[in-house]
Amino acid sequence: MKVLVGVKRVVDANIKVRVKSDGSGVETANVKMAMNPFCEIAVEQAVRMKEAGTVSEIVAVSIGGPQSQETLRTALAMGADRAILVETDQEVQPLAVAKAFKALCEKEKPGLVIMGKQAIDDDCNQSGQMLAALLGWPQAAFISKIEISGDSAQITREIDGGLEKLSAKLPLVATTDLRLNEPRYVTLPNIMKAKKKPLENVKAADLGVDVAPRLTTVKVAEPPKRSSGVKVADVAELVQKLKNEARVI
Amino acid sequence: MSDYAAPLADMRFVIQELVGLDEVARVPQFSEVTPELVDQVLAEAGKFAAEVLAPLNRVGDTHPSRLHEGAVTTPPGFKDAYQRFTAAGWNALAGDPRFGGQGLPQIVAMPVAEIWNSANMAFCLCPMLTTGVLEALKRQGSAEQQARFLPLLTSGEWTGTMNLTEPQAGSDLSAVRTRAVPQPDGTYKLFGQKIFITYGEHDFTDNIVHLVLARTPDAPEGTRGISLFIVPKYLSDDHGKLGARNDVSCVSIEHKMGIHASPTCVLAYGDQGGATGYLVGEENEGLRYMFIMMNHARLGVGLEGVAMAERAYQHALAYAKQRVQGRELGAKSGDRVTIIHHPDVRRMLMSMKAQTEAMRALAYTAAGALDLANHHPDPTQRAQQQALLDLLTPIVKGWCTEQAVEIASLGVQVHGGMGFIEETGAAQFYRDARITTIYEGTTGIQAMDLVTRKVAAERGATMRAVLAQTAGLDNMLAGNSDAEVAAIRARLALARQALEEATQWLVDVAAKDPRQIAAGAVPFLKLSGIVFGGALMARAALIAAKRLAAGEGDSDFYRAKLVSARFFAEHLLPQSAALAHSVTHGAEATLALDAALF
Repeated sequence: MKVLVGVKRVVDANIKVRVKSDGSGVETANVKMAMNPFCEIAVEQAVRMKEAGTVSEIVAVSIGGPQSQETLRTALAMGADRAILVETDQEVQPLAVAKAFKALCEKEKPGLVIMGKQAIDDDCNQSGQMLAALLGWPQAAFISKIEISGDSAQITREIDGGLEKLSAKLPLVATTDLRLNEPRYVTLPNIMKAKKKPLENVKAADLGVDVAPRLTTVKVAEPPKRSSGVKVADVAELVQKLKNEARVI
Repeated sequence: MSDYAAPLADMRFVIQELVGLDEVARVPQFSEVTPELVDQVLAEAGKFAAEVLAPLNRVGDTHPSRLHEGAVTTPPGFKDAYQRFTAAGWNALAGDPRFGGQGLPQIVAMPVAEIWNSANMAFCLCPMLTTGVLEALKRQGSAEQQARFLPLLTSGEWTGTMNLTEPQAGSDLSAVRTRAVPQPDGTYKLFGQKIFITYGEHDFTDNIVHLVLARTPDAPEGTRGISLFIVPKYLSDDHGKLGARNDVSCVSIEHKMGIHASPTCVLAYGDQGGATGYLVGEENEGLRYMFIMMNHARLGVGLEGVAMAERAYQHALAYAKQRVQGRELGAKSGDRVTIIHHPDVRRMLMSMKAQTEAMRALAYTAAGALDLANHHPDPTQRAQQQALLDLLTPIVKGWCTEQAVEIASLGVQVHGGMGFIEETGAAQFYRDARITTIYEGTTGIQAMDLVTRKVAAERGATMRAVLAQTAGLDNMLAGNSDAEVAAIRARLALARQALEEATQWLVDVAAKDPRQIAAGAVPFLKLSGIVFGGALMARAALIAAKRLAAGEGDSDFYRAKLVSARFFAEHLLPQSAALAHSVTHGAEATLALDAALF
């Protein structure tokens, strides 16, 4: 079975992000970038399934600028067999991602697509669900476990109330939650080998996909600074303030 | 979450823009070493170091290695970390591909080693010594010895040690007494005691390969009668399968000021009838062979200095940005501020930052010279680079470590009273850094190597060549209109002059009175470090000014680089004149007092 894995390049999780001075977005120039942590979990899952013999080929896919090749190289060093970059210089929104993946799925015919449940930059949590809908495939979002048997997958999902166990027919779109696995450290020999693995560049337009943003970012601002607290004399005053000032009860 | 993050931006700048990766990548065997590959290797090493090695640094300090019935237990987590380290292939980074190494150049290996050392210096002494053994056996070992030992040492399945010191033979190795008695089968039996053997015994791996200096029965006196032997902890067959335990045992480990995790062993050879040893190369050539690995190890220790300085800086910086104390100078009201707003704290942080950057630039320059000296296709280039490397080695070792101790001390100072409290962590960097000016030859030994073998012996030829390059740099600096660059140029010209004068004095006096140049050796080494470091910072400033003018790259980084270079020029370069005075006028007072009158 072939697996397609989504990989997004985002600001490194350890970096404190800064809002651009013109409020148009978050500063990403000259900031350390890394693979989205949920995508790392997706790649790791695919590699584990390949090691277990349920997967025969792993194709890592990213959508973005040419720098996303670095992130794809990391996926190749983790164990993906080849990589495809859908190149665009536009801001990429979830619907565009889903459309590009749909086009690639039609071409590559994978049995499974694994994506991160969300990216830590925009936190959208939409691409996987949209892709499943566009393809008309089953979807399993926020998985913490997946096992393949025959033409179906047994899945455990993390939901608000606890865990949900499902069985779904393949092909399937799955999105990862944190507990699915702990990604491995890339080994040096695999970094060296990754250089020689194929990395294909395609233009979004060549896939026949319109990736133009559908949403406009109006303004990005820092959250308001926490203001200093006040001491209340008694419970009555606290309740009164919660009611009239904070208006939360 | 670790408090260490590999300084990838500065590493990248020094490797690619200052030293020049393309120069090394032109060597055919390194043609695959692209900037992208180097970036990825450094980023992944940084991640492993921050998440696996750095969190164990304090554990190692508070849970030193322990000895029980001849066996050493390393601190909790260390053995597992070592296994992960070798499983991820990091041990084999610069190793020879014939023996399973990845064959990456030193311009990559040294920055990666800086990362390991910053994260956990006591841990990575073990792989560092293995590298030294690899280097010595690669050059001097027989084909049979190479086949038996190199693959396992390259992968890190076995580790290596260097056995030089004995109680009566420290800096003076002519006093080595360990005996090696030839046996009919061509092996030797060794008898004697070695001290200060780093990772001489541990629980990381099943076997340890000791390289031991010893004397054969009819060897001449002094340093010309010392041979080098391989003495494995366990004897093995051709396939690396372990056999009998050899007659070498750890009889005690030292209680030390720092690097507590690293077991510093007393090893006894031959208590049970003789430890089996295999001669490396020829008899009586041991010291020469050992110096191959010593020179490599000296660069490695210099790099430990860079690494400790970086870690101490990051630690102090984080505290200075978080500790609130007092108001901005001159402000009568308003919010209290973090201490990084106070001028003297800034001075300390800038001093740490600027010097660490200069030290990194110098150490990586030596790494580049090492690659070209060993692998450049043109023999003339190889010889030039070797001469540069020979000159730089004692300076990298001596200057980077001396400054590291000072920087780690500033790191404690930035923390104020909390710096003196162990749980803050700043003190550990200071204690750990303190060994670096001592082992692999003290600063005094490095300085003597510099003034005698590297400068006086060739009448200052290589030193003058470097100074001529610095003079050439002056023209380039003059051609740049940036005000910072102009200020840097003025200070560098004076510093260069000071080193020129001191070099001339040294060459003149060396033949007449060696005691005088010995008395000025350490000031001369520091002077060389400051001028070389200052010249590299000036070159960095020039690159930064050009990039800024062209609007290329990360403008914040380049602006900060210009400021670092300016700071170095205004605070460190002026010390050159004082140091040159010590060199040329200091000897008399140093030597005047009769020992009885001290």
